[in-house]
This record gives sequence, structure tokens and C-alpha cells, in this order.
Amino acid sequence: MHPIVATVIQRLFLGIATLFVVSIIIFSSIEMLPGDFGQAVLGQAATEETVAAFRKELGLDKPAYIRYFDWVAGVIQGDLGTSFSGRAASGVDRSRPVAELIAPRLWNTLFLAGMTAIIAVPLALFLGITAALYRNTYYDKIVSASTLTTISFPEFFVAYILILLLTALWPVFPSLANIDVSTPLGERIYRSALPALTLTLVIVAHMMRMTRAAIINLLANPYIQMARLSGATQREVILKHALPNAWAPIATVIAFNLAYLVVGVVVVEVVFVYPGVGQLMVDSVTSRDIPVVQACALIFAITYIFLNLLADIIGIITNPRLLHPK
Amino acid sequence: MNKNEFRALQELKYKTGQIDRRTFVRSLLATSIALPTALSIASSVEAATPKRGGLLRVGMGHGSTTDTLDPSTSENGFTLATNYAWSNHLTEVGPDGQLRPELAESYSSSDAKTWVFDLRQGVEFHNGKTMTSEDVIASLQYHMGDESKSAAKGLLTAVTSMKADGPNRVIIELASANADFPFIVSDYHLAIMPVVDGALSVNTGMGTGGYILESFDPGVRAKLKRNPNYWKADSAHFDEVELISIIDVAARQNAMMNGDVDVIDRVDPKTVALLGRAPNLDILELTGTLHYTFPMRLDVAPFDNYDLRMALKYSLKRQELIDKILLGHGALGNDHPISTANRFHASGLEQREFDADKAAFHYKKSGHSGAIQLSSSDAAFAGAVDAAQLIAASAAEAGINIEVVREPKDGYWSNVWNKKGWSACYWGGRPTEDWMFSAAYTNDTEWNDTAWKGTESSAKFNDIVVAARAELDDNKRRDMYAECQRLINDDGGTICPMFANYIIAHSKKVAHGADVASNWDLDGCKISERWWFA
Repeated sequence: MHPIVATVIQRLFLGIATLFVVSIIIFSSIEMLPGDFGQAVLGQAATEETVAAFRKELGLDKPAYIRYFDWVAGVIQGDLGTSFSGRAASGVDRSRPVAELIAPRLWNTLFLAGMTAIIAVPLALFLGITAALYRNTYYDKIVSASTLTTISFPEFFVAYILILLLTALWPVFPSLANIDVSTPLGERIYRSALPALTLTLVIVAHMMRMTRAAIINLLANPYIQMARLSGATQREVILKHALPNAWAPIATVIAFNLAYLVVGVVVVEVVFVYPGVGQLMVDSVTSRDIPVVQACALIFAITYIFLNLLADIIGIITNPRLLHPK
Repeated sequence: MNKNEFRALQELKYKTGQIDRRTFVRSLLATSIALPTALSIASSVEAATPKRGGLLRVGMGHGSTTDTLDPSTSENGFTLATNYAWSNHLTEVGPDGQLRPELAESYSSSDAKTWVFDLRQGVEFHNGKTMTSEDVIASLQYHMGDESKSAAKGLLTAVTSMKADGPNRVIIELASANADFPFIVSDYHLAIMPVVDGALSVNTGMGTGGYILESFDPGVRAKLKRNPNYWKADSAHFDEVELISIIDVAARQNAMMNGDVDVIDRVDPKTVALLGRAPNLDILELTGTLHYTFPMRLDVAPFDNYDLRMALKYSLKRQELIDKILLGHGALGNDHPISTANRFHASGLEQREFDADKAAFHYKKSGHSGAIQLSSSDAAFAGAVDAAQLIAASAAEAGINIEVVREPKDGYWSNVWNKKGWSACYWGGRPTEDWMFSAAYTNDTEWNDTAWKGTESSAKFNDIVVAARAELDDNKRRDMYAECQRLINDDGGTICPMFANYIIAHSKKVAHGADVASNWDLDGCKISERWWFA
């Protein structure tokens, strides 16, 4: 077996083991939330009997470890369970499967993350490489200063500034990004432009600075000096000699930021009324809709683990030395 | 005929198309109104005439993924507005707050126990089925019975039998008289739905309403298009309606300012003045029935003491609470739950004010000493903790020591409200007096959050509420309900300092009638049916 394939398989198993640990953490932290679905849904009208009846109906009266194993067994079989919501006051159970609830939202989130990544990743790489190329020039300073400025502001602030500039003063984009499944692609991109732009401004600095630092770090190495001595131009030195060795840290940082785009953009979703999965999770926590919260948390964990795995693999492929840790 | 009468007459003629714009403007000039003014009046009359067409987009501060189309589960403004768009009810609360028949052509009762509803004929559901008494009975039956978990179950417990008298008449028998029964069937839960293949078509959004549901994405949006067969004349003017859930108030107001929506509800009182400066929109403010209360439980010492309750009632600076908590967007409450939006508001009852002397007098008479705990949390209403602090500060002026206990938001309704002696609370208000009293003040409701039973006044109150229910003479009922309000104001355990306003912002392109209903937000949640594009 090719050593890379072996490493990938090994990492995959490690990832699954991590997922199990994460599932325990998710389940126990949700157990620690005060109140439950019955209380949250009934609100002012909650009496002890109705809450108890609700608990029984939802199986919340069973001991925690049994509920945990039920959940894990379900997930392994591909069943994320049914949402608690829809059982509010109706006689008939109208709850929806969690998968059906999450799928369109997750698709929206992935769409936004993808759209942002398509803008942000090439932009960050370009800025990072050129900043390294023209290190300590005004260009480098301006790029660093402006990207660091946008990352320093909270997301909602960046979002409102963009709304002010691009919808209020110069109406180019709509401030409501309320897309749905029937929205055609062109319209979808147009409506998602502002959230994608906001997220781009928020994540570019991190990736750009890492690219720049990784390359500059390598420039002090003897083999770079060797390249210089053999007459390579600065551009060749960076693109041909330094960059291939810098991919590992860059990939890690890109993976980290992509994962962030999937799991951490709830503020941007709220500001632009974008129906993503973060918003769904916050709603579900508020209403104590546990199956949905658990499923969201699990999806987030999978996203992190998968993207980190991918970054590791890229790192290993571009730097075979990592296959043989000391 | 004086000038104003003449103008009103001409406006009416113009509106109804009896005269053209030129004639109208000329007739205004004849009453010595200058030309520019006359032209602008002509335009405003035009705007006041409903026109068909357009897509109305409403940004609403409600909506959650738990919403369903089943009207028995409706609980927030989003589902209310959606349901009122696709469905009709036997009766409806008009923009003027008066009840009027809707799917019932008329209703009557001789003893308030047997109610006869004559149904409108030839009304069709969206699937083409003609509405009959069978549908009406099945739709109401849905909320009744032991196994029903409908939120409206309690409203119909008094119904003992429902009979169809032919396809167009329903006779409903009540266990005890209730003069407000026609009001109850206007409730948003009691939408009339069709019977399809022997079963009621629930959760499909199928009704007789002015709009046909195209898509419903819980917690995100509802899309509707006009029902071409709508039976109600001069109603449902938009071609399409889109209700969008925008929970975040800043996002909602942004969308309004940028023209991404045409109307929003629940404008933040803190920024309404700024929003109002935007040139393209208007602010509409209405006093509704939503009120904030501080119920004291009579079964917990020291609130069983009349003088102590009175001392606390006198130690609130109500206007200050309105100014600081509602930022001026509210109306004074008089320690009873009936708002000016209700029919039988007791306007003759003297408004209770802050009075340090009276408070100190009653406090001394009560013989109480030591701190009094007031439990509060922003779960009750936004600013409830601050309101409690203000009450503590004003009570201190009267020498009363109030200790504000900050309770956690989670579990507030199960652990604090209706349990602790004195807490903060809100009530959405009810369209009728009887409904409000039966929800929270009579001795048989479990939501009697003041435990107001056992006192002489409460016994009298309960008797009057029952008697008023059976009384069909509005004047007598007015007196009876005024007495009820006085009894709560005097002996009751509730402190109701304020009623909150509904604050709506809408684009100048959108127009509404002279009257706007305040039984719910957004013109009684019937905005899609009542408003139009000017």
C-alpha cells in the first residue's frame, strides 16, 4: 500500500474516534442546558403536568445514558431522529425529520461558504504571495494594514458598514439575503453577495498573513540562498522554491477558515437574514429542540475533522518528509 | 352645507368615481383652497382608494422553525398573519375594533346560549369546494374533545352541541350563556378549513381566504398569491404577498430602510425616531391590548394584605416607566387589564398616580416591615429588570423597601411566574373583556397569577363576570365590566402600569384604511387583506 494511502486511512480512523469523543461532549453539554423543550414551548402556559407529559412523549424521562446510546445508534444508521418541534400543541405528531429540517439550511450554508471561499482563498493567496514578494514595501504595508483592519472589526460591524455603503448610499446589492430552494442561481449569487463579501473581509487577513509568514519564514533557509546564488529571480525563488514548502501551514489555515465559514457565521446570517444552519442551531437551542442541536453540532464537528484531515493530507503530499515523523 | 361637509361629499364622489379629478380639484378651488393644496388632496384621496396589484413584502419580528400551518398551534404573529391570509373565520374584528360577520352572513341568539350562524352562500375553498355547515362544524370540532391538544380548546369547552340546519346554517349550543361567543369564533385558531374525503384538511393551508398559499418555509417565509375567486368584495388588493421572518430588529429596520420590504412590525422604540426620519417611510403607532404587569399573589404573605397591595400600587411612577422602559411608546395602565383598544374600557375610573403619602399611609396601616422581594427577568418583557429597579427607587421615596431579585430567563414561566409572591409578567391581551378576565382573573383559571380569590371583592367580581357573559344589552354590559375593572383596580393583586404600543413602519407606497385594527399587530394581522399599494 502506498504510504500516503495508509496514512490517510489511519487519520480517518482517528477522525472517527474523535467524533465519538465529540458526540459525548455534545450530548453531555446539552444535558447541562437548563430547562427543557416542554418548558420552552409551553412558556407562560407550562404547568408541571403538561411538562411531564411532554417529557414522556419525547422520551426525555429515560436516563441520559440510554438516550445517548439511542442517539448514537440512530446516527450510525443514518437516522438523525425527528425534531421536537411541531409537537407543540397539536394532537397529531407533525414533527419533521431532522435531516429534512437541516438539509436545505446546510445547503445554503455550504453555498455561502463555497461562494466566500471562491472569492477569499485566491484573493488571500495572491495578496499573501505578493506581500511576501514585495516585502516591506508600501504595497506590503497597505495590504497588511487593510486586511488587519477588516479582521479587527466584529463581523456585524463590517456587515453594517457594507450595508451602508452598498445598499443605502450606492444601492448595488440587497441587504436581505433571504434565498430559498426555488431561487435561481444568478439571483442566489446576487442576494448572497453582501454576506459573502462580509465573510471575505473577515477571513482574508488570517489566510493572507499566514501565507506571507510561511513564505518569509522559508526565505531564510540555506536552500533558498542556494537558489538565489544560482541566479533565480525573486519571483522564481518564491513561486518555485519557497511556496511548495509553505503549502502545509497555508492549507491548515485555509482549512481552519473554511470550517469557520460553515460553523461560525451565525452573526452574519442574522444580519442578512440568511437562512443558514447556524441560525437554525441558535433557534433550536432557544427552543431546546435537542435532536436538531445535536445534529447541527455533529455536522459542525464532522466539518472540522474532515477539513483538518484534508489539510493534513495536502501537507503530507506536498512535503513527503511528514510521512516519516521522527 | 358648510365647507368641510361639501369637501367630504366631493371626496366621496371622487373616490367612488362619480366625478373626475378635474371636477374634484375645481370644486375644491371653489371652497377657496389653493391649487397646490387641492392637487395634493386629490392625490391623497386617490391614495385612499384601494388599488389592485403588486407584491407586498412584510418583514416580521416573529416566526420560528417550530411553526406549522395547523391553526391549532398558531402562537406567534407570523403564523397569525399567514393563517389570516389563507383562511377566514365565522366572524372578524374589523379595523374599527367592532365585530362583524365574515363567513357567517349573520349571527344571532335570543338567550346567549343558543347561537345561530347563517353562513354566506357560494363561498369556495381554494380547491373549488363550496363551503357548507359540514366544514364549519368539522373545523370547530377539531379543537374540541378530550384528545384535542389545540391551543383553542379552552375557548370551546362551553360548547355542548353543534348542529347543521341545512348546508348554510349552524346552530351551536353552549353550556352557559356567553354574549361574546361570536367574538370567540373570530379567534385565529378557529380557521374554517374544508372537509376533503371525509376528513378535515388540516396543515395544508387550504381555506377560503383572499390568498392561496404557494410555499411555507417555517421560520423563514410564506409566499401567497391572490385568490381570484375571493368572495369578499373590495378586499385582498395585492397580487402577491410575501411574509418574511426577520427576527433581528436591526436587520428588519435595515431591510425597511433599503426598500427590501414594504412593511415591518415591532420597530425598536429606541430607534423609531431615527427610522421615522427616513424619507421613504411612515411610522404607524397603535395602542393595543399588550400589557405589562407585576402580579402580587394573594396566597403569599405579605401580599394577602389589602393595604400593602394598595401601598405598592401607589408607589409606581407609571409615566416614568412608559418613558424609560417603553421610551414613550405606550399608554398608561390603571391596574386592570382592559385597554382602550377594548370595547368596554372603563374610562371613568380615576387614573392611579404615584402618591408617596398615600403609599406611606397604607404601608403603615399594613403593619409590614422589612424588604419586599420583587422577582423580575427580561423573560417577562424587555426591560422588566430595569422596570423593577425603577419601582424599587420610587417606592423608596415612600419609605418602602423593595428588593429586586433578578431571576434567570430560562424556566422563568415555570419556576417564578405564578409561583413567587411578586413577579414581572406580560399579557398579550384578549379581544374581549370576558376573555381577558377568564384567562387570568376569575377563580377557575389556573393562570390566575394573582391568586385573587377568597376576598369579598373577588367573589363579587366572579359573579359579575358570569352575569355579564349572559347579558346581551351592551349598555348594561358596559356598566358591569366597568365595575369589574374597578374591583381589580382596587382589591386585585395586579399592578398594570402600562400598555405597549404596536409600532409599524411602512413604505410611503403602501396605504391603509382610515382605521387600523389594534387587536393584533399589523392591522389585526390582516394586513395582506386590508392594505394596498397607493
